Amino acid sequence: MIDDDGGQADAARHEKPLFKSHSDDAQPASKRNIRTPSLTSGRNIVPREGVAGQALLTVIAIMAFLACLTLGAVFLVRDTAQGWQTDISREVTVQIRPYENVDMEQSIRAASSLLLTFDGVEKVTVLDDEASARLLEPFLGSGLQLDELPIPALLTVSVDQSKTLDYAAIAKTLSEEVPGASLDDHRSWVDRLNTMARTTVLGGVIVFILVMTATVLTVVFATRGAMAGNKDIVDVLHFVGADRVFIAREFEHHFLRLGLIGSLSGGIAAIFLFLALGVWSSTMKATPQADQMNALFGSFSIGGWGLFGIFLVAVGVAVLTGLTSRITVMRHVSQLETYGGRQKN
Amino acid sequence: MIQFENVGLRYGLGPEVLSDLSFDVPANSFQFLTGPSGAGKTSLLRLMLMSLKPTRGVVRVFGKEASRIPRDAMPDIRRKVGVVFQDFRLLSHLTTYENVALPLKVLGKDEASYRTDVTELLKWVGLGERMHALPPVLSGGEKQRAAIARALIDQPKVLLADEPTGNVDPPMARRLLRLFIELHRSGTSVIIATHDMGLMDQYQARRLVLNEGRLQIYD
Repeated sequence: MIDDDGGQADAARHEKPLFKSHSDDAQPASKRNIRTPSLTSGRNIVPREGVAGQALLTVIAIMAFLACLTLGAVFLVRDTAQGWQTDISREVTVQIRPYENVDMEQSIRAASSLLLTFDGVEKVTVLDDEASARLLEPFLGSGLQLDELPIPALLTVSVDQSKTLDYAAIAKTLSEEVPGASLDDHRSWVDRLNTMARTTVLGGVIVFILVMTATVLTVVFATRGAMAGNKDIVDVLHFVGADRVFIAREFEHHFLRLGLIGSLSGGIAAIFLFLALGVWSSTMKATPQADQMNALFGSFSIGGWGLFGIFLVAVGVAVLTGLTSRITVMRHVSQLETYGGRQKN
Repeated sequence: MIQFENVGLRYGLGPEVLSDLSFDVPANSFQFLTGPSGAGKTSLLRLMLMSLKPTRGVVRVFGKEASRIPRDAMPDIRRKVGVVFQDFRLLSHLTTYENVALPLKVLGKDEASYRTDVTELLKWVGLGERMHALPPVLSGGEKQRAAIARALIDQPKVLLADEPTGNVDPPMARRLLRLFIELHRSGTSVIIATHDMGLMDQYQARRLVLNEGRLQIYD
Protein backbone atom coordinates (compact mmCIF):
# COMPACT_ATOMS: atom_id res chain seq x y z
CA MET A 1 0.00 0.00 0.00
CA ILE A 2 1.33 3.42 -0.93
CA ASP A 3 0.49 6.03 1.63
CA ASP A 4 1.42 9.65 2.10
CA ASP A 5 4.79 8.71 3.59
CA GLY A 6 5.66 6.63 0.58
CA GLY A 7 5.17 9.63 -1.64
CA GLN A 8 7.22 11.86 0.66
CA ALA A 9 10.08 9.40 0.61
CA ASP A 10 10.17 9.51 -3.17
CA ALA A 11 9.98 13.26 -3.28
CA ALA A 12 12.76 13.48 -0.72
CA ARG A 13 15.11 11.82 -3.17
CA HIS A 14 14.77 14.96 -5.29
CA GLU A 15 16.11 18.35 -4.42
CA LYS A 16 12.70 19.91 -5.05
CA PRO A 17 9.17 18.57 -5.40
CA LEU A 18 8.57 17.27 -8.90
CA PHE A 19 5.41 19.32 -9.29
CA LYS A 20 4.70 22.83 -8.13
CA SER A 21 1.52 23.16 -6.13
CA HIS A 22 -1.34 24.68 -8.14
CA SER A 23 -1.64 27.29 -5.36
CA ASP A 24 2.04 28.08 -5.71
CA ASP A 25 2.18 29.15 -9.36
CA ALA A 26 3.85 32.48 -8.59
CA GLN A 27 7.01 30.85 -7.27
CA PRO A 28 9.81 30.73 -9.84
CA ALA A 29 11.09 27.31 -10.84
CA SER A 30 14.52 26.54 -9.50
CA LYS A 31 17.23 26.81 -12.11
CA ARG A 32 19.58 23.88 -12.20
CA ASN A 33 22.06 23.59 -14.95
CA ILE A 34 21.85 20.06 -16.15
CA ARG A 35 24.32 19.25 -18.85
CA THR A 36 22.49 17.41 -21.58
CA PRO A 37 23.52 16.53 -25.08
CA SER A 38 21.31 17.62 -27.95
CA LEU A 39 17.83 16.62 -26.93
CA THR A 40 16.14 17.67 -30.10
CA SER A 41 15.84 15.79 -33.35
CA GLY A 42 16.25 18.98 -35.36
CA ARG A 43 12.94 18.23 -37.03
CA ASN A 44 9.82 20.32 -37.21
CA ILE A 45 6.56 19.24 -35.62
CA VAL A 46 5.37 18.46 -39.14
CA PRO A 47 8.16 16.30 -40.61
CA ARG A 48 9.56 17.37 -43.97
CA GLU A 49 10.37 13.91 -45.21
CA GLY A 50 7.86 11.24 -46.11
CA VAL A 51 6.59 9.44 -49.17
CA ALA A 52 3.41 11.53 -49.34
CA GLY A 53 5.47 14.73 -49.23
CA GLN A 54 7.78 13.54 -52.03
CA ALA A 55 4.81 12.50 -54.16
CA LEU A 56 3.13 15.86 -53.58
CA LEU A 57 6.36 17.67 -54.46
CA THR A 58 6.58 15.76 -57.75
CA VAL A 59 2.92 16.40 -58.60
CA ILE A 60 3.29 20.12 -57.88
CA ALA A 61 6.49 20.35 -59.97
CA ILE A 62 4.88 18.58 -62.96
CA MET A 63 1.65 20.59 -62.83
CA ALA A 64 3.54 23.87 -62.38
CA PHE A 65 5.78 22.94 -65.34
CA LEU A 66 2.74 22.28 -67.55
CA ALA A 67 0.97 25.47 -66.41
CA CYS A 68 4.10 27.58 -66.98
CA LEU A 69 4.69 25.93 -70.35
CA THR A 70 1.14 26.79 -71.45
CA LEU A 71 1.45 30.34 -70.17
CA GLY A 72 4.81 30.77 -71.92
CA ALA A 73 3.31 29.40 -75.15
CA VAL A 74 0.43 31.89 -74.92
CA PHE A 75 2.89 34.77 -74.51
CA LEU A 76 5.01 33.40 -77.35
CA VAL A 77 2.09 33.18 -79.78
CA ARG A 78 0.78 36.59 -78.75
CA ASP A 79 4.20 38.23 -79.17
CA THR A 80 4.83 36.50 -82.51
CA ALA A 81 1.39 37.44 -83.85
CA GLN A 82 2.00 41.01 -82.72
CA GLY A 83 5.34 40.92 -84.53
CA TRP A 84 3.71 39.78 -87.78
CA GLN A 85 1.10 42.49 -87.44
CA THR A 86 3.70 45.18 -86.77
CA ASP A 87 5.86 44.06 -89.68
CA ILE A 88 2.98 44.06 -92.09
CA SER A 89 1.51 47.40 -91.02
CA ARG A 90 4.88 49.17 -91.11
CA GLU A 91 4.60 49.45 -94.89
CA VAL A 92 1.89 50.05 -97.44
CA THR A 93 2.18 49.49 -101.18
CA VAL A 94 1.18 51.72 -104.05
CA GLN A 95 0.62 50.12 -107.42
CA ILE A 96 0.64 52.13 -110.65
CA ARG A 97 -0.79 50.26 -113.58
CA PRO A 98 0.58 51.21 -117.01
CA TYR A 99 -1.71 53.33 -119.15
CA GLU A 100 -1.34 54.11 -122.80
CA ASN A 101 0.13 57.51 -123.50
CA VAL A 102 1.03 57.97 -119.84
CA ASP A 103 4.63 58.28 -118.87
CA MET A 104 5.22 55.74 -116.12
CA GLU A 105 8.29 57.56 -114.82
CA GLN A 106 6.32 60.73 -114.44
CA SER A 107 3.49 58.89 -112.70
CA ILE A 108 5.96 57.37 -110.23
CA ARG A 109 7.50 60.75 -109.48
CA ALA A 110 4.06 62.30 -109.05
CA ALA A 111 2.91 59.52 -106.76
CA SER A 112 6.11 59.71 -104.68
CA SER A 113 5.85 63.47 -104.27
CA LEU A 114 2.18 63.22 -103.42
CA LEU A 115 2.74 60.49 -100.85
CA LEU A 116 5.53 62.42 -99.13
CA THR A 117 3.17 65.33 -98.56
CA PHE A 118 1.19 63.23 -96.06
CA ASP A 119 2.29 63.53 -92.45
CA GLY A 120 3.42 60.09 -91.29
CA VAL A 121 4.89 58.90 -94.57
CA GLU A 122 8.59 58.44 -93.92
CA LYS A 123 9.98 57.07 -97.14
CA VAL A 124 8.84 55.98 -100.58
CA THR A 125 10.89 53.33 -102.34
CA VAL A 126 10.32 52.36 -105.94
CA LEU A 127 10.73 48.70 -106.70
CA ASP A 128 13.29 48.62 -109.49
CA ASP A 129 13.10 46.33 -112.53
CA GLU A 130 15.45 43.80 -111.02
CA ALA A 131 13.33 43.46 -107.86
CA SER A 132 10.16 43.25 -109.94
CA ALA A 133 11.70 40.53 -112.05
CA ARG A 134 12.59 38.59 -108.91
CA LEU A 135 8.99 38.87 -107.71
CA LEU A 136 7.67 37.56 -111.03
CA GLU A 137 10.27 34.88 -111.51
CA PRO A 138 8.29 32.09 -109.77
CA PHE A 139 5.37 32.74 -112.16
CA LEU A 140 6.97 33.77 -115.45
CA GLY A 141 10.44 32.27 -115.22
CA SER A 142 13.86 33.89 -115.39
CA GLY A 143 15.33 36.19 -118.06
CA LEU A 144 12.27 38.43 -118.28
CA GLN A 145 12.33 41.53 -120.48
CA LEU A 146 10.08 43.76 -118.40
CA ASP A 147 9.98 46.45 -121.10
CA GLU A 148 7.94 44.11 -123.24
CA LEU A 149 5.36 43.46 -120.55
CA PRO A 150 2.79 45.83 -119.07
CA ILE A 151 4.11 45.35 -115.53
CA PRO A 152 2.71 47.75 -112.94
CA ALA A 153 5.16 49.80 -110.91
CA LEU A 154 5.31 49.12 -107.20
CA LEU A 155 6.13 51.71 -104.54
CA THR A 156 6.70 50.64 -100.95
CA VAL A 157 5.77 53.36 -98.51
CA SER A 158 7.35 53.29 -95.04
CA VAL A 159 4.96 54.53 -92.40
CA ASP A 160 5.66 56.17 -89.06
CA GLN A 161 3.65 53.93 -86.76
CA SER A 162 3.35 56.58 -84.09
CA LYS A 163 1.11 58.61 -86.42
CA THR A 164 -2.33 57.74 -87.66
CA LEU A 165 -2.64 57.88 -91.40
CA ASP A 166 -5.93 58.35 -93.21
CA TYR A 167 -5.46 55.59 -95.78
CA ALA A 168 -8.85 56.27 -97.40
CA ALA A 169 -7.89 59.90 -98.07
CA ILE A 170 -4.51 58.88 -99.48
CA ALA A 171 -6.11 56.28 -101.76
CA LYS A 172 -8.69 58.80 -103.01
CA THR A 173 -6.10 61.51 -103.71
CA LEU A 174 -3.79 59.04 -105.45
CA SER A 175 -6.48 57.66 -107.74
CA GLU A 176 -7.61 61.18 -108.63
CA GLU A 177 -4.18 62.66 -109.33
CA VAL A 178 -2.14 59.73 -110.66
CA PRO A 179 -3.80 57.68 -113.40
CA GLY A 180 -3.79 53.97 -112.64
CA ALA A 181 -2.53 54.37 -109.07
CA SER A 182 -4.05 52.40 -106.22
CA LEU A 183 -3.13 51.96 -102.60
CA ASP A 184 -2.89 48.60 -100.81
CA ASP A 185 -2.67 49.22 -97.07
CA HIS A 186 -2.57 45.45 -96.36
CA ARG A 187 -5.69 45.98 -94.26
CA SER A 188 -7.20 42.65 -95.25
CA TRP A 189 -3.98 40.84 -94.24
CA VAL A 190 -3.74 42.76 -90.99
CA ASP A 191 -7.39 41.95 -90.23
CA ARG A 192 -6.81 38.28 -90.99
CA LEU A 193 -3.70 38.22 -88.83
CA ASN A 194 -5.54 40.02 -86.05
CA THR A 195 -8.30 37.45 -86.15
CA MET A 196 -5.82 34.59 -86.25
CA ALA A 197 -3.73 36.02 -83.43
CA ARG A 198 -6.81 36.68 -81.30
CA THR A 199 -8.10 33.15 -81.94
CA THR A 200 -4.72 31.60 -81.16
CA VAL A 201 -4.27 33.64 -77.97
CA LEU A 202 -7.86 32.90 -76.93
CA GLY A 203 -7.24 29.19 -77.54
CA GLY A 204 -4.03 29.42 -75.52
CA VAL A 205 -5.82 31.20 -72.68
CA ILE A 206 -8.53 28.51 -72.65
CA VAL A 207 -5.86 25.78 -72.56
CA PHE A 208 -4.07 27.72 -69.81
CA ILE A 209 -7.31 27.99 -67.79
CA LEU A 210 -7.90 24.24 -68.23
CA VAL A 211 -4.33 23.42 -67.20
CA MET A 212 -4.59 25.76 -64.19
CA THR A 213 -7.91 24.17 -63.18
CA ALA A 214 -6.32 20.73 -63.45
CA THR A 215 -3.32 22.06 -61.47
CA VAL A 216 -5.55 23.49 -58.75
CA LEU A 217 -7.57 20.27 -58.43
CA THR A 218 -4.49 18.03 -58.53
CA VAL A 219 -2.63 20.13 -55.97
CA VAL A 220 -5.71 20.32 -53.71
CA PHE A 221 -6.28 16.55 -53.79
CA ALA A 222 -2.58 15.70 -53.51
CA THR A 223 -2.24 18.10 -50.54
CA ARG A 224 -5.29 16.60 -48.87
CA GLY A 225 -3.85 13.14 -49.49
CA ALA A 226 -0.54 14.15 -47.92
CA MET A 227 -2.47 15.75 -45.04
CA ALA A 228 -4.33 12.50 -44.37
CA GLY A 229 -0.96 10.92 -43.56
CA ASN A 230 -0.36 13.62 -40.96
CA LYS A 231 -3.75 13.34 -39.26
CA ASP A 232 -2.19 11.71 -36.19
CA ILE A 233 0.02 14.75 -35.70
CA VAL A 234 -3.02 17.05 -35.82
CA ASP A 235 -4.80 14.85 -33.25
CA VAL A 236 -1.82 14.82 -30.88
CA LEU A 237 -1.30 18.57 -31.16
CA HIS A 238 -4.97 19.11 -30.46
CA PHE A 239 -4.92 16.88 -27.37
CA VAL A 240 -1.85 18.57 -25.92
CA GLY A 241 -3.69 21.89 -26.11
CA ALA A 242 -2.58 23.48 -29.39
CA ASP A 243 -5.21 25.73 -30.89
CA ARG A 244 -6.36 25.81 -34.50
CA VAL A 245 -4.13 28.72 -35.46
CA PHE A 246 -0.96 27.06 -34.12
CA ILE A 247 -1.69 23.74 -35.84
CA ALA A 248 -2.71 25.37 -39.12
CA ARG A 249 0.44 27.53 -39.10
CA GLU A 250 2.70 24.51 -38.60
CA PHE A 251 1.13 22.71 -41.56
CA GLU A 252 0.86 25.81 -43.72
CA HIS A 253 4.58 26.56 -43.34
CA HIS A 254 5.46 23.00 -44.28
CA PHE A 255 3.16 22.79 -47.29
CA LEU A 256 3.95 26.33 -48.48
CA ARG A 257 7.63 25.41 -48.52
CA LEU A 258 6.84 22.16 -50.33
CA GLY A 259 4.68 24.06 -52.81
CA LEU A 260 7.36 26.70 -53.41
CA ILE A 261 10.08 24.12 -54.07
CA GLY A 262 7.82 22.13 -56.40
CA SER A 263 6.31 25.03 -58.31
CA LEU A 264 9.59 26.95 -58.69
CA SER A 265 11.25 23.76 -59.97
CA GLY A 266 8.46 23.37 -62.53
CA GLY A 267 8.62 27.06 -63.48
CA ILE A 268 12.40 27.08 -63.84
CA ALA A 269 12.24 23.89 -65.93
CA ALA A 270 9.72 25.60 -68.24
CA ILE A 271 11.99 28.68 -68.57
CA PHE A 272 14.96 26.44 -69.36
CA LEU A 273 12.93 24.66 -72.02
CA PHE A 274 12.11 27.97 -73.72
CA LEU A 275 15.76 29.05 -73.46
CA ALA A 276 16.91 25.72 -74.91
CA LEU A 277 14.46 26.05 -77.81
CA GLY A 278 15.69 29.61 -78.39
CA VAL A 279 19.31 28.45 -78.49
CA TRP A 280 18.38 25.56 -80.78
CA SER A 281 16.50 27.82 -83.20
CA SER A 282 19.39 30.31 -83.33
CA THR A 283 21.97 27.59 -84.03
CA MET A 284 19.77 26.12 -86.77
CA LYS A 285 19.08 29.50 -88.40
CA ALA A 286 20.29 28.62 -91.88
CA THR A 287 18.08 25.56 -92.31
CA PRO A 288 14.60 25.74 -93.87
CA GLN A 289 13.01 24.01 -90.85
CA ALA A 290 14.45 26.58 -88.48
CA ASP A 291 13.32 29.42 -90.76
CA GLN A 292 9.83 27.97 -90.69
CA MET A 293 9.90 27.65 -86.89
CA ASN A 294 11.30 31.14 -86.63
CA ALA A 295 8.53 32.54 -88.80
CA LEU A 296 5.91 30.80 -86.68
CA PHE A 297 7.28 31.24 -83.15
CA GLY A 298 9.86 33.99 -83.44
CA SER A 299 13.02 33.43 -81.40
CA PHE A 300 11.20 31.45 -78.64
CA SER A 301 11.72 34.42 -76.36
CA ILE A 302 8.84 34.75 -73.89
CA GLY A 303 9.96 38.19 -72.73
CA GLY A 304 9.79 39.90 -69.35
CA TRP A 305 6.03 39.58 -68.97
CA GLY A 306 6.22 35.88 -69.79
CA LEU A 307 8.86 35.38 -67.10
CA PHE A 308 6.79 37.42 -64.65
CA GLY A 309 3.72 35.32 -65.52
CA ILE A 310 5.65 32.09 -64.93
CA PHE A 311 6.86 33.43 -61.59
CA LEU A 312 3.27 34.36 -60.67
CA VAL A 313 2.02 30.88 -61.60
CA ALA A 314 4.76 29.28 -59.46
CA VAL A 315 3.98 31.49 -56.46
CA GLY A 316 0.24 30.96 -57.02
CA VAL A 317 0.64 27.17 -56.98
CA ALA A 318 2.74 27.40 -53.78
CA VAL A 319 0.17 29.66 -52.08
CA LEU A 320 -2.59 27.30 -53.19
CA THR A 321 -0.77 24.36 -51.61
CA GLY A 322 -0.28 26.21 -48.33
CA LEU A 323 -3.86 27.43 -48.34
CA THR A 324 -5.28 23.96 -49.02
CA SER A 325 -3.34 22.49 -46.11
CA ARG A 326 -4.52 25.34 -43.89
CA ILE A 327 -8.17 24.88 -44.84
CA THR A 328 -7.91 21.08 -44.42
CA VAL A 329 -6.29 21.43 -40.98
CA MET A 330 -8.70 24.14 -39.85
CA ARG A 331 -11.64 21.98 -40.89
CA HIS A 332 -10.25 18.91 -39.11
CA VAL A 333 -9.32 20.78 -35.93
CA SER A 334 -12.66 22.60 -35.92
CA GLN A 335 -14.29 19.19 -35.93
CA LEU A 336 -12.06 18.10 -33.03
CA GLU A 337 -12.81 21.28 -31.11
CA THR A 338 -16.54 20.80 -31.51
CA TYR A 339 -18.15 19.07 -28.54
CA GLY A 340 -18.42 15.41 -29.50
CA GLY A 341 -16.42 16.12 -32.63
CA ARG A 342 -14.87 12.65 -32.62
CA GLN A 343 -18.26 10.93 -32.43
CA LYS A 344 -17.88 9.40 -35.88
CA ASN A 345 -14.35 8.10 -35.31
CA MET B 1 -14.21 19.70 -11.86
CA ILE B 2 -16.28 17.24 -13.90
CA GLN B 3 -19.93 16.43 -13.25
CA PHE B 4 -22.18 13.88 -14.93
CA GLU B 5 -25.98 14.00 -14.59
CA ASN B 6 -28.03 11.06 -15.88
CA VAL B 7 -25.64 10.56 -18.74
CA GLY B 8 -26.30 7.83 -21.26
CA LEU B 9 -24.32 6.89 -24.36
CA ARG B 10 -25.07 4.70 -27.32
CA TYR B 11 -23.14 4.29 -30.56
CA GLY B 12 -25.45 4.66 -33.56
CA LEU B 13 -28.60 2.61 -33.16
CA GLY B 14 -26.97 0.08 -30.85
CA PRO B 15 -27.79 -0.50 -27.18
CA GLU B 16 -26.70 1.95 -24.49
CA VAL B 17 -23.12 1.26 -23.52
CA LEU B 18 -23.33 3.66 -20.59
CA SER B 19 -26.56 4.29 -18.67
CA ASP B 20 -27.68 6.81 -16.06
CA LEU B 21 -24.24 7.91 -14.96
CA SER B 22 -24.40 10.54 -12.22
CA PHE B 23 -21.22 11.39 -10.40
CA ASP B 24 -18.70 14.14 -10.00
CA VAL B 25 -14.93 14.37 -9.96
CA PRO B 26 -14.14 16.90 -7.23
CA ALA B 27 -11.16 19.21 -7.32
CA ASN B 28 -7.95 17.69 -5.98
CA SER B 29 -9.39 14.18 -5.89
CA PHE B 30 -7.96 10.80 -6.81
CA GLN B 31 -10.00 7.96 -8.22
CA PHE B 32 -9.64 4.71 -10.04
CA LEU B 33 -12.06 3.91 -12.81
CA THR B 34 -12.34 0.18 -13.13
CA GLY B 35 -14.46 -2.60 -14.55
CA PRO B 36 -14.09 -5.57 -16.84
CA SER B 37 -12.82 -5.19 -20.39
CA GLY B 38 -15.48 -3.67 -22.63
CA ALA B 39 -17.33 -2.15 -19.69
CA GLY B 40 -17.03 1.32 -21.22
CA LYS B 41 -14.06 2.78 -19.33
CA THR B 42 -12.52 4.34 -22.43
CA SER B 43 -15.92 5.67 -23.57
CA LEU B 44 -16.40 7.29 -20.16
CA LEU B 45 -12.95 8.88 -20.36
CA ARG B 46 -13.79 10.20 -23.84
CA LEU B 47 -17.01 11.68 -22.48
CA MET B 48 -14.96 13.45 -19.80
CA LEU B 49 -12.55 14.62 -22.48
CA MET B 50 -15.53 15.95 -24.48
CA SER B 51 -14.47 14.10 -27.60
CA LEU B 52 -17.73 12.17 -27.28
CA LYS B 53 -21.15 13.70 -26.77
CA PRO B 54 -23.61 11.79 -24.58
CA THR B 55 -26.83 10.55 -26.10
CA ARG B 56 -28.64 11.96 -23.09
CA GLY B 57 -27.88 13.73 -19.85
CA VAL B 58 -25.60 16.61 -18.99
CA VAL B 59 -21.82 16.77 -18.65
CA ARG B 60 -20.26 19.77 -16.89
CA VAL B 61 -16.56 20.48 -17.14
CA PHE B 62 -14.97 23.10 -14.87
CA GLY B 63 -18.47 24.30 -13.97
CA LYS B 64 -19.59 24.82 -17.56
CA GLU B 65 -22.12 22.71 -19.40
CA ALA B 66 -20.09 20.98 -22.10
CA SER B 67 -22.67 21.53 -24.84
CA ARG B 68 -22.52 25.29 -24.21
CA ILE B 69 -18.77 25.70 -24.26
CA PRO B 70 -17.86 27.71 -27.38
CA ARG B 71 -15.46 26.05 -29.77
CA ASP B 72 -12.86 28.77 -29.31
CA ALA B 73 -12.71 28.02 -25.57
CA MET B 74 -11.94 24.33 -26.14
CA PRO B 75 -8.12 24.63 -26.45
CA ASP B 76 -7.96 26.40 -23.06
CA ILE B 77 -10.02 23.66 -21.44
CA ARG B 78 -8.00 20.97 -23.21
CA ARG B 79 -4.81 22.41 -21.71
CA LYS B 80 -6.29 21.90 -18.24
CA VAL B 81 -6.91 18.22 -18.96
CA GLY B 82 -3.94 15.90 -19.35
CA VAL B 83 -4.58 12.63 -21.15
CA VAL B 84 -2.63 9.39 -21.25
CA PHE B 85 -3.87 7.34 -24.17
CA GLN B 86 -3.85 3.58 -24.26
CA ASP B 87 -2.01 3.73 -27.59
CA PHE B 88 0.45 6.41 -26.34
CA ARG B 89 0.12 8.67 -29.40
CA LEU B 90 3.73 9.83 -29.45
CA LEU B 91 5.07 11.61 -32.54
CA SER B 92 7.55 9.13 -33.98
CA HIS B 93 9.82 11.70 -35.65
CA LEU B 94 10.44 13.68 -32.45
CA THR B 95 12.70 12.61 -29.57
CA THR B 96 11.24 11.49 -26.26
CA TYR B 97 12.29 14.85 -24.83
CA GLU B 98 10.49 16.75 -27.62
CA ASN B 99 7.37 14.63 -27.23
CA VAL B 100 7.20 15.32 -23.52
CA ALA B 101 7.89 19.03 -24.05
CA LEU B 102 5.19 19.33 -26.73
CA PRO B 103 2.41 20.71 -24.46
CA LEU B 104 4.77 23.52 -23.42
CA LYS B 105 6.03 24.14 -26.93
CA VAL B 106 2.52 24.61 -28.33
CA LEU B 107 2.00 27.29 -25.70
CA GLY B 108 4.87 29.19 -27.31
CA LYS B 109 7.16 28.84 -24.31
CA ASP B 110 10.88 29.29 -24.74
CA GLU B 111 12.75 25.98 -24.62
CA ALA B 112 15.20 27.28 -22.03
CA SER B 113 12.31 27.89 -19.63
CA TYR B 114 11.20 24.24 -19.56
CA ARG B 115 14.27 22.20 -20.41
CA THR B 116 15.15 21.48 -16.78
CA ASP B 117 11.60 20.56 -15.83
CA VAL B 118 11.25 18.19 -18.76
CA THR B 119 14.57 16.44 -18.24
CA GLU B 120 13.86 16.09 -14.52
CA LEU B 121 10.46 14.57 -15.13
CA LEU B 122 11.93 12.21 -17.71
CA LYS B 123 14.52 11.08 -15.16
CA TRP B 124 11.77 10.59 -12.62
CA VAL B 125 9.84 8.26 -14.91
CA GLY B 126 13.04 6.34 -15.62
CA LEU B 127 13.68 7.75 -19.10
CA GLY B 128 16.77 9.78 -18.20
CA GLU B 129 18.91 7.71 -20.54
CA ARG B 130 16.30 7.55 -23.29
CA MET B 131 15.33 11.18 -23.67
CA HIS B 132 17.25 11.48 -26.95
CA ALA B 133 15.66 8.35 -28.42
CA LEU B 134 12.90 8.33 -30.98
CA PRO B 135 9.67 6.51 -30.01
CA PRO B 136 10.07 3.69 -32.57
CA VAL B 137 13.12 2.43 -30.64
CA LEU B 138 11.42 2.66 -27.23
CA SER B 139 9.87 -0.39 -25.60
CA GLY B 140 6.14 -0.45 -24.84
CA GLY B 141 6.77 0.46 -21.21
CA GLU B 142 9.08 3.30 -22.15
CA LYS B 143 6.51 4.67 -24.58
CA GLN B 144 3.91 4.51 -21.87
CA ARG B 145 6.12 6.42 -19.44
CA ALA B 146 6.85 9.03 -22.10
CA ALA B 147 3.10 9.41 -22.73
CA ILE B 148 2.50 9.82 -19.00
CA ALA B 149 5.27 12.39 -18.69
CA ARG B 150 3.78 14.35 -21.59
CA ALA B 151 0.38 14.39 -19.88
CA LEU B 152 1.90 15.58 -16.60
CA ILE B 153 4.44 18.14 -17.75
CA ASP B 154 2.08 21.11 -17.76
CA GLN B 155 0.52 20.10 -14.44
CA PRO B 156 -3.07 19.78 -15.67
CA LYS B 157 -6.04 20.41 -13.38
CA VAL B 158 -7.41 17.01 -14.33
CA LEU B 159 -5.49 13.97 -15.49
CA LEU B 160 -7.27 11.20 -17.39
CA ALA B 161 -5.13 8.08 -17.77
CA ASP B 162 -6.31 5.08 -19.74
CA GLU B 163 -4.52 1.94 -18.51
CA PRO B 164 -1.35 3.88 -17.72
CA THR B 165 0.44 0.90 -16.22
CA GLY B 166 -0.69 -1.68 -18.74
CA ASN B 167 2.74 -2.20 -20.30
CA VAL B 168 5.09 -1.85 -17.35
CA ASP B 169 6.37 -4.26 -14.71
CA PRO B 170 5.06 -4.04 -11.11
CA PRO B 171 7.97 -1.97 -9.73
CA MET B 172 7.59 0.58 -12.52
CA ALA B 173 3.80 0.52 -12.09
CA ARG B 174 4.29 1.34 -8.44
CA ARG B 175 6.69 4.14 -9.33
CA LEU B 176 4.25 5.60 -11.83
CA LEU B 177 1.46 5.40 -9.31
CA ARG B 178 3.61 7.43 -6.94
CA LEU B 179 4.02 9.96 -9.70
CA PHE B 180 0.25 10.25 -10.05
CA ILE B 181 -0.11 10.55 -6.29
CA GLU B 182 2.44 13.34 -6.17
CA LEU B 183 0.65 15.11 -9.00
CA HIS B 184 -2.59 14.72 -7.05
CA ARG B 185 -0.92 16.27 -3.99
CA SER B 186 0.03 19.29 -6.06
CA GLY B 187 -3.66 19.87 -6.72
CA THR B 188 -4.54 17.81 -9.78
CA SER B 189 -7.62 15.60 -9.91
CA VAL B 190 -6.54 12.20 -11.16
CA ILE B 191 -8.70 9.56 -12.82
CA ILE B 192 -6.92 6.34 -13.66
CA ALA B 193 -8.80 3.81 -15.75
CA THR B 194 -7.45 0.35 -14.99
CA HIS B 195 -8.48 -3.20 -14.39
CA ASP B 196 -5.27 -3.93 -12.48
CA MET B 197 -6.53 -4.81 -8.99
CA GLY B 198 -2.96 -5.02 -7.72
CA LEU B 199 -2.39 -1.40 -8.64
CA MET B 200 -5.61 -0.24 -6.97
CA ASP B 201 -4.75 -2.13 -3.81
CA GLN B 202 -1.59 -0.09 -3.45
CA TYR B 203 -3.37 3.17 -2.80
CA GLN B 204 -6.51 3.91 -0.86
CA ALA B 205 -8.65 5.94 -3.24
CA ARG B 206 -12.16 6.35 -4.48
CA ARG B 207 -13.22 3.66 -6.97
CA LEU B 208 -15.65 4.14 -9.81
CA VAL B 209 -16.68 0.67 -10.94
CA LEU B 210 -18.33 0.25 -14.32
CA ASN B 211 -20.28 -2.88 -14.99
CA GLU B 212 -22.64 -3.46 -17.88
CA GLY B 213 -22.80 0.27 -18.53
CA ARG B 214 -23.75 1.21 -14.97
CA LEU B 215 -21.55 2.90 -12.42
CA GLN B 216 -21.06 2.11 -8.77
CA ILE B 217 -18.96 4.37 -6.59
CA TYR B 218 -16.95 3.20 -3.60
CA ASP B 219 -15.64 6.16 -1.61
